[in-house]
Amino acid sequence: MALIDYANPTRFLGFAERVLPWLIGITALAFVAGLYLTQGAPDDYQQGATVKIMFLHVPTAWLSMFGWIVMSIAALGTLVWRHPLADVAAKAAAPLGAAFTFLCLTTGSLWGRPMWGTYWVWDARLTSELVLFLMYLGVIALWHTVEEPSRAARAVAILTLVGAINIPIIKWSVDWWNTLHQPASVVKLGGPAIHPAILTPLLVMAVAFTLLFVTLHIAAMRNEILRRRVRSLMLLRAQAAPGSAS
Amino acid sequence: MSPLAAIFMRDLRLAVRVGGGGGIGVLFFLIVVVLMPFAIGPDLTLLSRIGPAILWLGALLASLLTLDRLFTADHEDGSLDLILMGGTPLELAIAAKAFAHWLTTGLPLVIVVPLLGLFMNLDGRASAAVALTLLVGTPALTFIGVIGASLSVALRRGGLLLAVLVLPLTIPVLIFGVSASNAAIVGPLPFGTPFTILCALSLVSLVVGIFAAAAALRHGME
Repeated sequence: MALIDYANPTRFLGFAERVLPWLIGITALAFVAGLYLTQGAPDDYQQGATVKIMFLHVPTAWLSMFGWIVMSIAALGTLVWRHPLADVAAKAAAPLGAAFTFLCLTTGSLWGRPMWGTYWVWDARLTSELVLFLMYLGVIALWHTVEEPSRAARAVAILTLVGAINIPIIKWSVDWWNTLHQPASVVKLGGPAIHPAILTPLLVMAVAFTLLFVTLHIAAMRNEILRRRVRSLMLLRAQAAPGSAS
Repeated sequence: MSPLAAIFMRDLRLAVRVGGGGGIGVLFFLIVVVLMPFAIGPDLTLLSRIGPAILWLGALLASLLTLDRLFTADHEDGSLDLILMGGTPLELAIAAKAFAHWLTTGLPLVIVVPLLGLFMNLDGRASAAVALTLLVGTPALTFIGVIGASLSVALRRGGLLLAVLVLPLTIPVLIFGVSASNAAIVGPLPFGTPFTILCALSLVSLVVGIFAAAAALRHGME
């Protein structure tokens, strides 16, 4: 089944109907497993129970970047292949990415309060996450300023791709500007520096959150297709109404 | 005269004649910098410490203010459609327009920096450092701004939307511009490192900016 087969929105709606119940079930199971493992994970010898915020914080941070990747792929689909579903996918991913970025910032700041003694520090990672959040809001604002979805889609696609080039530059320059956060410890040469007792629940939670993202994304795409149908039906009715100009 | 040179000369002439509004950016820059001491207080040592940052922020906002003019007038009188339909590659035409725009709005900001440096209690060396970093940094602001300007003209929405889209992208330029200035004034970093990165940012924005702007105009105008 090629991607092009889903260019027909009706076929995609059928696919979404079939897949969504399964996805919801698997997501729920993954969360049950993840939360159970999290509850069994040992407390940190310095940070106590607050270290468990990490099991929410790290997956949301990963998804905040994953959201932009999804939007960039969808932007390529809009500009290069003119795939009809690509702009639907891009539009559905923007609020999700923004929400996960917001969750990441919130959990990070709640974690920072007992650890660093303040809700906010101008640390490199927090700052680049905040900039990412602002860029998500810019994309959402752009979606909302233009009524015609296909025209908004191309403008957003260009902005998304420019962002995809710029986000690594921003991230790197903010790192250069200030580094106070601990260096990366999950993905690095020579294996992770986290004990398996913490790493396993973390990975399970990451899978659970990713499944949640995929589920919400497909549901949001379905809603967007239906919303566009309602919009075109209303336009047709407004045209057919007596006393209209044409 | 080649088409590119014609576009370039036309934009220069339009900017310096009545209704061009190139001087407004400089005036805005002056007012923003003059407002700062009222908010911070007339403490000269404090002002000289944060002076480079204030000058950079003022220049950033001033260059943002003039971006609207890049394509709006051309779109209104139809010459943008002619440029789009013409045989000249749109990317090059946009580069010519952006360069003319920088000469009439970015370069004046650099020229007035020594004067504004006096208000900020910067010595000659510090003013020169800020002016030099602005000289290589403002092209990056213009070329990033070109993207926002083309998007907003293609969507027929301007103003605040443009600022919201463009400002997050200018963060690296601001970071390296201010740190290069500070490196030259107080150290301890060598001036060369942030300065060369600033040059690199300008060159990258040139490439990314004109291609993204051309794509936005092509898709928006059809």
